[in-house]
Amino acid sequence: MDLDPEDVFKDEEDDPDNEFFQQSEGSKEYVVYLVDASPKMFKTTSPGKDQKDETHFHVAVSCIAESLKTQIISRSYDEVAICFFNTREKKNLQDLNGVFVYNVAEREQLDRPTARLIKEFGCIEETFMKEIGSQYGIVPGSRENSLYNALWVAQALLRKGSIKTAEKRIVLFTNEDDPFGGLQDAAKKDMTRTTLQRAKDAQDLGISIQLLPLSCPDSEFNVSVFFSDLIGLEGQDLAQFTPSASQKLEDMKDQLRKRIFPKRIVRKIRFHIANGLSIELDTYAIIRPALPGEITWLDSVTNHPLKIERSLICEDTGALIQEHPKLFQPYRNENVKFSPDEIADIKRISPGLLCLLGFKPLSCLKDYYNLRPSTFLYPSDQEVVGSTSVFIALHRSMLRLKRFAVAFFGAVSHPQLVALVAQDEVTSAGAQVEPPGMHMIYLPYSDDIRDEEEIFPDTADDAPRADEDQIQKAAALIKRIYLKDYSNHQFANPALQRHYAVLQALALEEDDIPEIIDETAPDEGGLARSAVVKAIEEFKLSVYGDNYDEESNNLGKEKAAEASRKRKAVAEDAAKGFDWVSLADKGQLNNLTVAALKNYLTAHNLPVGGKKEALIGRILSHMGK
Amino acid sequence: MARNKEKLVLLLDVGPSMHGVLPEIEKICSMLVEKKLIFSKYDEVGVVAFGTEETNNDLTTEVGGYENITVLQDIKVVDGDLIDTLQNLPRGTLDGDFLDAIVVGMDMLIKKYKDIFKGKKRLCLITNAIHPIKDSLEGSKEDQVTTIAEQMTAQGMKMESIVVRGRLSQDADKRIMDENDNLLSIFSKKTRTRNVYVGSPTSLLGALKTRRLTPVTIFRGHLELSPQMKIKVWVYKKTQEEKFPTLKKYSEKAPVTDKFATHQVKVDYEYKSVGESSTTVIPPEQRIKGYRYGPQVVPISTAEWDAVKYKPEKGVKLLAFTDASKIKRHCFMKDVCLFIAEPGNTRATVAVSAIARAMKETNTVAILRCVWRQGQQNVVVGVLTPNISQNDKIPNSFYFNVLPFAEDVREYQFPSFNSFPASWKPNEQQQKAADELVQMLDLAPSGKEETLLPEFTPNPVLERFYRHLELRAKQPDAAVPPLDETLKKITGPDPELVSENKSVFDALHRHFELKPNPKLKKSSRQFYREKQFGSNALESDGQAVKSIENQLPVKMEKIGDLTPVQDFEAMMSQRDNPEWVGKAVKEMRDKILALVIHSNEGENYHKVVECIAALRKGCIIEQEPGPYNDLMRQLRQYCQGKGIESLPQLLASRDLTLISKSEAEDSDVTYEEARSFFVKMEQKNPMD
Repeated sequence: MDLDPEDVFKDEEDDPDNEFFQQSEGSKEYVVYLVDASPKMFKTTSPGKDQKDETHFHVAVSCIAESLKTQIISRSYDEVAICFFNTREKKNLQDLNGVFVYNVAEREQLDRPTARLIKEFGCIEETFMKEIGSQYGIVPGSRENSLYNALWVAQALLRKGSIKTAEKRIVLFTNEDDPFGGLQDAAKKDMTRTTLQRAKDAQDLGISIQLLPLSCPDSEFNVSVFFSDLIGLEGQDLAQFTPSASQKLEDMKDQLRKRIFPKRIVRKIRFHIANGLSIELDTYAIIRPALPGEITWLDSVTNHPLKIERSLICEDTGALIQEHPKLFQPYRNENVKFSPDEIADIKRISPGLLCLLGFKPLSCLKDYYNLRPSTFLYPSDQEVVGSTSVFIALHRSMLRLKRFAVAFFGAVSHPQLVALVAQDEVTSAGAQVEPPGMHMIYLPYSDDIRDEEEIFPDTADDAPRADEDQIQKAAALIKRIYLKDYSNHQFANPALQRHYAVLQALALEEDDIPEIIDETAPDEGGLARSAVVKAIEEFKLSVYGDNYDEESNNLGKEKAAEASRKRKAVAEDAAKGFDWVSLADKGQLNNLTVAALKNYLTAHNLPVGGKKEALIGRILSHMGK
Repeated sequence: MARNKEKLVLLLDVGPSMHGVLPEIEKICSMLVEKKLIFSKYDEVGVVAFGTEETNNDLTTEVGGYENITVLQDIKVVDGDLIDTLQNLPRGTLDGDFLDAIVVGMDMLIKKYKDIFKGKKRLCLITNAIHPIKDSLEGSKEDQVTTIAEQMTAQGMKMESIVVRGRLSQDADKRIMDENDNLLSIFSKKTRTRNVYVGSPTSLLGALKTRRLTPVTIFRGHLELSPQMKIKVWVYKKTQEEKFPTLKKYSEKAPVTDKFATHQVKVDYEYKSVGESSTTVIPPEQRIKGYRYGPQVVPISTAEWDAVKYKPEKGVKLLAFTDASKIKRHCFMKDVCLFIAEPGNTRATVAVSAIARAMKETNTVAILRCVWRQGQQNVVVGVLTPNISQNDKIPNSFYFNVLPFAEDVREYQFPSFNSFPASWKPNEQQQKAADELVQMLDLAPSGKEETLLPEFTPNPVLERFYRHLELRAKQPDAAVPPLDETLKKITGPDPELVSENKSVFDALHRHFELKPNPKLKKSSRQFYREKQFGSNALESDGQAVKSIENQLPVKMEKIGDLTPVQDFEAMMSQRDNPEWVGKAVKEMRDKILALVIHSNEGENYHKVVECIAALRKGCIIEQEPGPYNDLMRQLRQYCQGKGIESLPQLLASRDLTLISKSEAEDSDVTYEEARSFFVKMEQKNPMD
């Protein structure tokens, strides 16, 4: 059944607890992009990626476009509005001059991004001058203040939604560090004051204002002239502002397309340590295979969504079955029946309880004790006061004594032995790399572990082992192909990135699918370095001697060829047993077994795949009938 | 297929010193056969017990000797009787000779199959090997064993010996044990024998692999260090979860008389347009997958996808080596694979051995990029770790674990423990108590057997299922039994270990205090949780143990069949939530209707009348006449339709008519209307 649309990405055993959840609307973000559209933004340029000069306006617009493309995949419930100021035309609810709120059809001004928005916004530069136009909004002698107006419009747009459930942000792109520089003293003072007040009002409402300044190569954007007051920068933050802002601009462009899941407790569980001592833990899914996202079946004629109805049909009578049917297992020539409840009873062992059994040294946790992604445990005092302190005490002891806990976790569908491994907090440059807590690793049972390495030894001899020299050569090789700072998850999944790229191209009706870089491809340049090649050659020589090539080419193939020859001879013999032509004439091929039919096919070098009808069809066409 | 059939002879020591573990042996052996009955029905099994009072085997009649060995079951295709035999093993009276038993078992296999079958002949010996074997007539015991072992190899037999030791054989003679261990180790050197030592009943249950799986490679090809250097490897699964069997759905629609009914159920999926009332089913070729892009859904056909999908080339390539500490254990994503050099390829084996040893010595691991099959639509990045074999016979190999991609990691931030208030952090004594616990509650004490070793730990759920299946086949209405003592050692703390460390636990209790959060509002959820946390004893088998909360009056959440009137009254009197009244009235109403409809010849009417009386009273107290009056009208209609007279008469005699305005303000029924409610009906009836 092709019900499972994400089969490509899904592992055979996806987490049975189904911790995979839909992105909720719980913690949304509302963003208004304010883009300065003054003539200065079009005049000044800075060198772009391919050394061509780009206007600041282009930089800002393309940055937003890229960011939208990421956002629609990673956080599609967040809402955005795009707003230009210092424009010739005006379009906003308050009807203020010099402010133009950009939008496309079928979309509110502040709304989730749509394919249409991204598509039309992508070519805004072509139509901008004609439809919106650029013009300085703050000119001497006029009482207009386009920056003030822009902030006001943005604040009005962000009136939607409660500050409790949504984060609100204004992102301001400009290359003018002194917007009121051209004015006379009194007017300048007045406008500065009112603009700052407007910004402060917005911030008081819980809206944060972020500035992304665009600097010209010859004159640095000086944030302290005006904007430091507007966004409330002081002291050290001020000094670090410019470098971090340009970094942010880069980050906005090059974000990984990845669905973001809000932090959520998967389950609250009890950790039973001793009689009368059960603490409260929250579990989190920190590492789970990322899937490309939900699939909806559509009617290809109308493009309307389809619903899937499941019905149970009795094979004997063809009657529909309404109730939950019993389950059965054929056993000892009869059907042993169970009700669904009984099956649940069999599976149920201390539900929701994590029961401590004891501790072992970390060396007992073998590399092959693994079945599924681990789950993260973090203590909670919400319902049982004192849980955290017990947890921290155990956590510290386990770290210090280098031991892990063995426990039994009574997950409802999947009771299992688990290893609890304490993880100390790791921070790097102020950011948390590894959170403090315990990782719950699901252990296999005896029937889950296989001993395939023990199958092959020939009884007579010991297995070949490498000698010291070969080991030394291998160690030298390792040293040459050594990566000092590998991080656990530094590669993007090329299949998933390709998926998003294709989806974007089709949704936006782009002609080209954006190329994605396969980060998982081996570093061929690095491997071709002479030192590396030398180390490899030496190792190869020490193990294989001079005749490496011969071996690698011949060994396996000969055996395989021999086996297939043998098979063919057997098939030819067997195929002689029938008078194929007369069988075919009488239409009696159907009476033969599939195995017999396959013998004929093998003997005549024909493919042997497919159903019986296909096999017969192939034989007939081979005979020319 | 015939050549895949396994021929197995179980050699079971039933001597007096084994009596303690015989129940476990019975269980594990019958589990083995039960699984064979389901998954490999054509396997053949024979059973030999040694240490028995009697003697019954071919060799003793043919050549003499071989006393106290009984063939309980000649080799035959597995069936239900075999399980019965295995579940009632005789309790022997003498100390058995395991070597004699091995010879008897080999003789059975040889006689039965001569040399027609080369492979899949297996012996499985379960003994404690604490009693000396008989001296041989010629040569030393070692020579004797060596001869037998050579014969075993020549016949292509494999053996698995499970030696029960540790706590289960404490007073045994050390010298004899060493001698026997030495003899058994000759088998593992000379033949394909696996020797396993177990020290507890629990690990005995896990020691025997009860399901035989044909190993299948997931990849055969090159491990590419660089374009110039490739090593031939085969990749197998090292761990793979044995799933709970998928049971089929049972249909009861077929008539009982139909002997050929399959009772199977077909699950059918139909795709229909949302919103339209039409029931047209959209055929598969007219369906197309839609992918979410923001608020829109983008239809993309499979053909379109196939044209543009990511299609990597098959191959396993080295990306780099790195320090073992860079790879966090908790990042392993899936079940584990095993990389071995191509069997029979000496130089590949040496190459793997050299790299594995070098990795071990330098404490490094390798990062690989794998595409197992041509046409696979994703790549796997994972870590290769060395597996240095202690057994000279087994070549060195690698384990391979899948690592997450950047998209797979959710970057959640958690408060640092250092940022917590002091009251949340353990003080010195508390820390000491925890240290003690971590140190003393030791599952892997040095010099002793490691308990709960995954290799020897059976899956309690599957154990329970297969045992229950066997029981059900005999007693179709048997209830699901709780876990037995042996399995409880897996799901809960070992009482022995706990009592040994009583002082540690006492200290823990002294220093740590847990109490429910007083600030939290009482909600139903909280009630549930508190009940759980308040319990002192460990709950198991899904039965909640007594707790303080449990002694409070139990909340009535449903009206049962036994005492509907009392249940209803209890429910109505629950004052903590106004919803209870509505729920009670509705439940009662449903109950009454069900009673009336399912009543045969009016047997339930008495109960119905009692219920209606209770409901009427309740509705008047709550001043909610609506639901009651509606019900009565419905009942009257029903009775008229069916021509039932007895019920209305009963109701009229108890004066259980409509609730009138005088009884409840909200009623739209006048006193007269109420009085004439049943009268009207009587008048109508004759007219029909």
